[in-house]
Amino acid sequence: MTAVLGGRPAGSTALHLDDDDLDQRSRLVVVGNGMAGARLVEEVLERGGGEQFRITVLGDEPHGNYNRIMLSPVLAGESHEDDIVLNSHDWYADNGVQLRAGVRATRIDTAAKQVHADDGSVVPYDHLVLATGSYSFIPPMTGVRTDDGELLPGVYGFRTIDETRAMLEATGRCRRAVVMGGGLLGLEAARALQGHGLQVDLVHAMPHLMNMQLDAEAGAILKRSVESLGITVHCDVLATEVLGTGHVEGVVLKDGRRLDADLLVVAAGVRPNSDVAVLSGLEVERGIVVDDQLRTDDPDVYAIGECAQHRGSVYGLVAPAWEHAKVLADVLTGTDPDAEYHGSRTATKLKVAGVDVATMGVNTPERDDDEFLVISEPKRGVHLSVVIRDDVLIGATLLGDTRKVAYLTQAFDRGTPLPEERIRLLVDLSDGAEEVGVAEMPADSQVCNCNGVSKGDICGAVAGGCGSVGAVMDATRAGKGCGSCKSLVKQIVEWAADGDLAEDPAASYYVPGIPMAKPELMAAIREQDLRSVSAVFAALAPSGKEDAKSKMGLTSLLKMLWGVDFVPEKDGEFINDRVHANIQRDGTFSVVPQMKGGVTTPAQLRRIAEVAEKYEVPMVKVTGGQRIDLLGVRKEDLPAVWDDLGMPSGYAYGKSFRTVKTCVGSDFCRFGLGDSTQLGIDLETRFQGIESPAKMKLAVVGCPRNCAEAYVKDVGVVAVGNGKWEVHVGGAAGATVRKGDLLATVGSPQEVLRLTGRFLQYYRENANWLERSYDFVPRIGLERIRAVLLEDSEGIVAELDAALQRSVDAYTDPWGQDGKEPATPGQFRTSLPLIDLPKVPAR
Amino acid sequence: MSLTDLRTTTEHALGPVEQIPPGEGRAFVAGGVQVAVFRLRDGSLHATQAACPHAGGPLADGQTDVDVLLCPLHLYAYRWSDGASTSGAAPIRLYPVHESDGEVVVEV
Ligand code: SRM
Ligand SMILES: Cc1cc2nc3c(=O)[nH]c(=O)nc-3n(C[C@H](O)[C@H](O)[C@H](O)COP(=O)(O)OP(=O)(O)OC[C@H]3O[C@@H](n4cnc5c(N)ncnc54)[C@H](O)[C@@H]3O)c2cc1C
Ligand code: SF4
Ligand code: FES
Repeated sequence: MTAVLGGRPAGSTALHLDDDDLDQRSRLVVVGNGMAGARLVEEVLERGGGEQFRITVLGDEPHGNYNRIMLSPVLAGESHEDDIVLNSHDWYADNGVQLRAGVRATRIDTAAKQVHADDGSVVPYDHLVLATGSYSFIPPMTGVRTDDGELLPGVYGFRTIDETRAMLEATGRCRRAVVMGGGLLGLEAARALQGHGLQVDLVHAMPHLMNMQLDAEAGAILKRSVESLGITVHCDVLATEVLGTGHVEGVVLKDGRRLDADLLVVAAGVRPNSDVAVLSGLEVERGIVVDDQLRTDDPDVYAIGECAQHRGSVYGLVAPAWEHAKVLADVLTGTDPDAEYHGSRTATKLKVAGVDVATMGVNTPERDDDEFLVISEPKRGVHLSVVIRDDVLIGATLLGDTRKVAYLTQAFDRGTPLPEERIRLLVDLSDGAEEVGVAEMPADSQVCNCNGVSKGDICGAVAGGCGSVGAVMDATRAGKGCGSCKSLVKQIVEWAADGDLAEDPAASYYVPGIPMAKPELMAAIREQDLRSVSAVFAALAPSGKEDAKSKMGLTSLLKMLWGVDFVPEKDGEFINDRVHANIQRDGTFSVVPQMKGGVTTPAQLRRIAEVAEKYEVPMVKVTGGQRIDLLGVRKEDLPAVWDDLGMPSGYAYGKSFRTVKTCVGSDFCRFGLGDSTQLGIDLETRFQGIESPAKMKLAVVGCPRNCAEAYVKDVGVVAVGNGKWEVHVGGAAGATVRKGDLLATVGSPQEVLRLTGRFLQYYRENANWLERSYDFVPRIGLERIRAVLLEDSEGIVAELDAALQRSVDAYTDPWGQDGKEPATPGQFRTSLPLIDLPKVPAR
Repeated sequence: MSLTDLRTTTEHALGPVEQIPPGEGRAFVAGGVQVAVFRLRDGSLHATQAACPHAGGPLADGQTDVDVLLCPLHLYAYRWSDGASTSGAAPIRLYPVHESDGEVVVEV
């Protein structure tokens, strides 16, 4: 894998005609195209620096600038490498910045003001910025390097995309990994590799994990949490030797133990890349020494990011690097020639799913009168502490419960007043104060540390018209770094938008194009006898104007209201409903035949097999809904495919009743308490194809072991013995996971059918467009739903039953219907006539 | 700019208007180019490139009104007035189209 990340299709480097004598701009050269270097260029351009400077960036890595922080989720397989590009090669070209990617600076001639590079080139500068970052420190161990000084194959540092790609590739063939280093990086690497199915041993030289951030007690609790994920942790022990000749085979620990491994990741700290500075005679201690304006001891050479040492501190985090970039851009462009950097207060978060750790400042009291508050619940893996000095928060550690992190970060960054009852810093005493958090944050408190976005910036974006969390994130870049602040960003956007939304009645419309809430809209449709989508627009839309985004919701509503008397209009339907199949990324469709309760027959399977072969279907797949999907069918082939299948549609494409999953139940299972299979089939037979505001997915299981996941379904039915069945509603295990609420326990399959129908009809009539039952049930409240459906508190049960029956009666199999005679001319004509579909080859 | 801007366009008759049901779109090949033609409920005709600039979605399968066309894949909206995307994607190319003796005629 050698693809250039953020590269241009044609090649990796943007060519510019250099040394234009007419160019009066001074030369700004940046060494290092990492997070600090690229951010500096952005900050300079933002201050109009493009007019002042001819900018050249030398970067050792061949890639554009990418978000190094996100290498952890990339290694874990949670993010794709394309999504972590911050500045592509095109970005540099578009902004008139010459990027020389893949070129390493070797020496600076500060007298001649020239940078020498490993490709033999010499780049003159007026101002030079070193942003060379750090490299992974490989502790001395016997056998870790081969004779030529390279790392033994199978041994990796964790710093670059190339190393990450190599490790990802290795996970395919490796089974056991040793990760050296129990800091942030090591823990993230260990969890990522474990997620790929490797058995992972973590070796840490210090007595406890994350010793830079945590005290011994918290470290011990973290160790337990990490071990409970299945990672073996060895603390307080050095690895002394790496085994293997051609490839790593294991490591030997100082106490003589041997750990087998075919992958070794060394995450034992980083060291600043300062050789170039040393060679060039600049002052270097641990890092390149800079003053408060990020200047080295040469007045025209600066250093920022992890390679810089400021007032004795070298930082290993991105936030300080970005503060450096800001100050230096102010200085260089003259926006604020006196700008100064005075050090950063650092906060860190561990990006490991299942283990929440956030720390800031110090972790133990340092003076006699420092206040120290600790809540420790080792059993739950929770350890919370704060250190307060002179009424100011100087440190906090949150382990296992990071709910208070936003509030504490703000107190830490801004030194805001603390509550008298210090315990409120760590737990919410129930006085409804939770909401206050966001409202009370000062406007200038930082929300996104990666991108330096404040609460005020977010509110500004909302005021400026950004109507969604995504739009605010795009506009401010909040949440686009490590992503750990996303939920806080969302809370602030919701808080900031609240006033607006209250004044925006459109939020209550059923569809955006008709200014009416659902009950009002339904009443008007009934009263005025509107039976088609175009009739609704003509009668109820402002100036009778149709609206594309409203059509699908209206079609669904009208079908529910009118049943057989609905007047269909194909343009009112989404493409899926127009051709009764689900559109896919290349413009082909998927075909899912009905398979009630997940039960099939040899004859059905034979037919499916024949159709798959005849139409060269690229993939045949067993779905998560207990049926079989034929994926990649051409639109033109749909009617013939249905005809050859001779099976009804499974409605896998609609906002409608989908499936009833079942388990084998009492007929076969030794634990079965009821005939779940038959009840599932009966439910599916009754409710097949009925449309609804959003998908309706059901399941029936024969006992509480819940093998078909009934507890997490829109309606889930569980046999509990003695002929009794529990009916649960409002569950889901999709984008939202919610256990359903027990609506009632009933005494027969007939009662299950009746109650399910009532619930579905109540949901169909009262849910908002696209509102799944997992939102609907909590919105209405279980008590109210019980009262309406079980006690008939509103006197509507008979109507619900009758309305549902009308929908049941209106059912026809759409495949049998349109298959014979297209509903409209060209219903199944290709929409991409010059493209050969499907684009995916048959498996 | 590109060569196509210098080239003169040619009219292509695509057959009867009734091939396109009211409010829907259908794709055609005109002069070697695939074109999606829409007949709105107000009777007006619009023509555009057949593949969505975002990720190649089949625009003829989209939904439309007098203002915009929605791509079926990710619901990006494109304005009929100038082809611009209201969702920040690249614009779609619009082709002149009219009805002549009951036939759809597109200029490509
Ligand atoms: C085929 C299947 C995956 C598979 O290979 O097994 C599937 C495929 C799709 N799912 Fe699913 N889902 C499938 C089972 C599920 C399940 C499991 C289940 O039904 O038990 C879930 C979680 C249960 C749930 O929904 O509560 C599931 C939760 C989703 C969601 C999230 C819904 C939510 O509100 O949380 C979406 C997105 C949406 O609906 O907007 C989605 C959307 C989709 C779509 C339709 C995306 C789309 O709009 O094009 C996928 C179509 C692929 C295609 O090209 O055909 N699919 N999807 C499964 C078909 C089941 C079936 O036989 O009908
Ligand atoms: C897996 C991982 C996870 C992380 N997670 C977090 C996190 O959650 N939070 C956080 O704050 N920080 C995190 N970090 C640290 C963060 O990535 C760094 O602090 C940040 O990248 C520092 O930026 P920089 O520009 O100083 O260095 P870098 O981003 O390393 O950039 C330096 C660049 O300079 C190039 N270079 C070096 N020498 C030369 C030369 N002589 N000539 C030309 N180019 C040269 C290098 O190739 C590199 O591209 C993480 C790091 C890793 C590796
Ligand atoms: S849910 Fe009960 S009856 Fe069904 S398979 Fe599991 S154990 Fe058997
Ligand atoms: S392909 Fe058209 S919106 Fe994505």
